[in-house]
Amino acid sequence: MGIEQPTIPKTLGSGFVTTSLDKLVNWSRASSMWPMTFGLACCAIEMMATGAARFDLDRMGILFRASPRQADVIIIAGTVTKKMVPVIKTVYEQMPEPRYVIAMGACASSGGIFDTYSTVQGVDEFLPVDVYIPGCPPRPEGLLYGLMKLQDKIRAERNTFGAAIGVGDVIHNRA
Amino acid sequence: MSDQKVVEKLKAKFFAEILDVVEFRGETTVTVKKERIVDICTFMRDNFGYNLLCDLCGVDYMGQSPRFMVVYNLYNIPTKQRIRIKAPVDELDANIDTVSTVWGTANWHERECWDLLGIKFNNHPDLRRILMPADWEGHPLRKDYPVQGPDREPYQGRLS
Repeated sequence: MGIEQPTIPKTLGSGFVTTSLDKLVNWSRASSMWPMTFGLACCAIEMMATGAARFDLDRMGILFRASPRQADVIIIAGTVTKKMVPVIKTVYEQMPEPRYVIAMGACASSGGIFDTYSTVQGVDEFLPVDVYIPGCPPRPEGLLYGLMKLQDKIRAERNTFGAAIGVGDVIHNRA
Repeated sequence: MSDQKVVEKLKAKFFAEILDVVEFRGETTVTVKKERIVDICTFMRDNFGYNLLCDLCGVDYMGQSPRFMVVYNLYNIPTKQRIRIKAPVDELDANIDTVSTVWGTANWHERECWDLLGIKFNNHPDLRRILMPADWEGHPLRKDYPVQGPDREPYQGRLS
C-alpha cells in the first residue's frame, strides 16, 4: 500500500457560492469583450458602421483594441486568402486566453462567393470559430446579434472562476 | 501630335518591328515585335511624351501561337493622349525585356505578370511573386489553370 495522493478536484464544485463567483466572472467577461479588429475587406466597413454612432458597440462594453495582447475576441471580417493565413495564426496565438473567434460574413465563414485557388474556404479550416455571422456583408444588427450570441455563450460557461484560479478547466456547454 | 503622326514616326524609325496597327473607335493599337521593346518604349516616352505607363498586362490566348501578348497602355499627361502597344510572346520562349528602366511603375506590373501568367522579364531588378504566396507553384491566370486550385474539386455547377 503506497501513500495515496490527494486527488486534485476537476472543478470547484457547483455550490451556491462557486456558481455565483462563476456568474461574476462570466458577467465581467461578457460585458467587456474587447475585439481585435481584423477587418480585411468589405465586412470591415460594416464593422466600422456597427462601432459608429447609430449602432453603438461601446454601449455594450466592446471597444476595439489594436493589439492582440489586449484583446479577448478576434472578429475576422472579410475574405481570407491563403497568403494571409500565417498572419492570422500569429495574431491569434498572441491573444491571451480566454479568447474567442467570430467569423463575420460569408467569406470568413465559408469562402463566400470566392470558390477559387487563393481563398481559404472558411476560416474554420485553421481557427476554432465560436460564432458564424452570415451575410454579405451582415447588417450591423446582424453583427450585434452575433456578438450577443457570443455573450450568451460566455455566460453559459461553467467553472470559470475555478479555471481562473487554477482549479480545473472551463466547461463549455455545447448545446 | 495626333495618333496617326505618332504611328507614322514610329513606322519610320522601327520599320522592321511593327507587325500591325489597328484603330478602333478612337483608340490606336500598335503590335510590335518583342525584341526591341525597350527602344520602342524609350522612343515613345522621349519623343512623344508618353510619360505614364497606365497598365502593363499580359493576355493568354490559349490555342493560338504565339500564346501570350504583353500589352502596354501609355498615356501622355500634358496632352491627354492614349496609345496601346502590344508585343506577342511565345509560350516556349516566354521572356521579354523589362521596361522598368523606362517607367518605374513597370516594376510591380511586371511582377504581377510573372506571378499570374509566367512571362519572364529579362533584367528585371526584382522578379518574384507579388500576389500569390512566395512558395506557390503554377501561374493561376493561365487558361489551363483550374479556378478552384490544383488541390480541390472543380465546380460542379448548381446541383440543386
